[in-house]
Amino acid sequence: MSSAPLTLAEKVWNDHLVVKGENGSPDLLYIDLHLVHEVTSPQAFDGLRLAGRPVRRPDLTIATEDHNTPTVDIDKPIADITSRTQIEALRKNAAEFGIRIHSLGDVDQGIVHVVGPQLGLTMPGITVVCGDSHTSTHGAFGALAMGIGTSEVEHVLATQTLPLKAFKTMAINVEGILRPGVTAKDIILAVIAKIGTGGGQGYVLEYRGSAIRALSMEARMTICNMSIEAGARAGMVAPDQITFDYLKGRPHAPEGADWDAAVEYWKTLPTDDGARFDAEVFLDANTLDPFVTWGTNPGQGVSLLDVVPNPADFADPNDKAAAERALEYMDLTPGTKMKDIRVDTVFLGSCTNSRIEDLRAAASIIKGKTKAEGVRMMVVPGSARVRLQAESEGLDQVFKDFGAEWRFAGCSMCLGMNPDQLAPGERAASTSNRNFEGRQGKGSRTHLVSPLVAAATAIRGTLSSPADLEEGN
Amino acid sequence: MEKFETYTGVGVPLRRSNVDTDQIIPAVYLKRITKTGFEDALFAAWRNDPEFILNQDAYRNGSVLFAGPDFGTGSSREHAVWALRDFGFKAVFSSKFADIFRGNSGKQGLVTGIISDADIEKIWQALEANPGLEATVDLVAKTVTVADIRADFEIDEYTRWRLLEGLDDIGLTLRDEQSITDFEAKRESWRPKTLPAKGAQ
Repeated sequence: MSSAPLTLAEKVWNDHLVVKGENGSPDLLYIDLHLVHEVTSPQAFDGLRLAGRPVRRPDLTIATEDHNTPTVDIDKPIADITSRTQIEALRKNAAEFGIRIHSLGDVDQGIVHVVGPQLGLTMPGITVVCGDSHTSTHGAFGALAMGIGTSEVEHVLATQTLPLKAFKTMAINVEGILRPGVTAKDIILAVIAKIGTGGGQGYVLEYRGSAIRALSMEARMTICNMSIEAGARAGMVAPDQITFDYLKGRPHAPEGADWDAAVEYWKTLPTDDGARFDAEVFLDANTLDPFVTWGTNPGQGVSLLDVVPNPADFADPNDKAAAERALEYMDLTPGTKMKDIRVDTVFLGSCTNSRIEDLRAAASIIKGKTKAEGVRMMVVPGSARVRLQAESEGLDQVFKDFGAEWRFAGCSMCLGMNPDQLAPGERAASTSNRNFEGRQGKGSRTHLVSPLVAAATAIRGTLSSPADLEEGN
Repeated sequence: MEKFETYTGVGVPLRRSNVDTDQIIPAVYLKRITKTGFEDALFAAWRNDPEFILNQDAYRNGSVLFAGPDFGTGSSREHAVWALRDFGFKAVFSSKFADIFRGNSGKQGLVTGIISDADIEKIWQALEANPGLEATVDLVAKTVTVADIRADFEIDEYTRWRLLEGLDDIGLTLRDEQSITDFEAKRESWRPKTLPAKGAQ
């Protein structure tokens, strides 16, 4: 049998095929790793209980508490009853079904998408699912990783498989060298602005090109994380030496002969020369500026050096109407320089940007600087281990000296399921992933930014990049 | 899902048409974390009325519902099926069902049979004349019997097959369990395992 050239995504798909669907029915794929959190799992576990089914592979399943967890006073009972109920349900379910859980206060607790990679469970060539749309994060390792709904969570718990319809592939080619102050977050915000929030629908994205190859694993995770904001269920980066170096020695990374066999296989995964993508997108890294959003969907972004766009300039009537609504909600006037937009709060955190490199980057900017008057800055590490690592490096002191709040790990203000919310009308520069109306609290206004922009903004009080600090503005 | 072949239980005459899913279960009950325990939510607004049929002693153990046309319209909430099931209903008969509700029912093992308005009326009268009368649902023969009334009902063959076999979506996948087991046997040892838990370096 001659083997046609394949993409990375097709290879991983093919290697997990349990039953090939016929006559338009979906393929049945095996799931290597199932991540579970408290919000989308209770009814799935209840479904199992109802049907008298066990969890097929507790040893391929891991749970952590993140969406509802408080980031202060974590030793006290959770005040909000709904949050407490969901967390208690997860603990009870984990105990009943024999699933490993990292609860609040545990050293391995944290945002599910930070915990998986940190433990070395996320690795190239595997399938990963979780009842959370940002599961795409794990694609940074060359894994096929996607978010699923509660009924699918139950399906995976019961069968360790998922019926899936075939997808199309899209190459996102990012060539060139990023300028200082420009990061992975700016790449992905620019990609989403370019293809739109529905541009990736039905596709698995593969981020390629010299600019992607040069990125660290954590930066690649930031990019894959927001694939869903481009409408794609999954985003991937081919594994390479950077991937292997990141993984090696982590608690659950393969060891010895397993490691060698794994690496040998992983090296076969990158997309073959001559493989065809169903769509291709090109982005020039050399000319990219720090990117920020002005509107209420992640596709409404511009260069930080630009101005708030005028809805009249949008050709598409839907885009025009969306821009009008967004500007009204965001209380912005067309033509205003993005750098003149004043914020009330800076949030550094979320599964997009809460890893140690993100904290280091922000700390390096604010160290020895003074926080802008009236601006609140909240720093929420992605996991308890990230928090400990930051503390061992003295980063917590840098943030505290600056006047920022140093919090415990969780999803926090990204979605405000816990008490970390913006007040109505409050404006934030946020390193998170969604700037939807009311996302960070009722009436909240969100500008999505990179950790570097977040830090510079906290110093100046208006949306800024580190370059603005050097100019002494 | 349990296999469904025949079932006998108390018939409930619900003389209402256009019973939408907001009536079956109001939105306020959708915040719960369970997939069971919705029995108190079933027809919650109507049950405030002491005269409502399910508040009458003869029907407290009702399990076969006979309703007017256009049952299950409106919101797609699967909770509507959960509420009926949790109250104890095994089958609902009407001359017309909303598609989404029917689909949801099939996934949860609730039989939805279509019988004519004339048959519904006859069964209503029989049940009302003798509250607490039982109805027998025969999914193999596709009939429902109340006293001397025997009505043929319609149900799509795929759903019927799944109910007879006791197969939900997961059940269907588990028909390929041998393929899953075979796949697992070949799964490379380097692939991730969460257990036993390993500590960090």
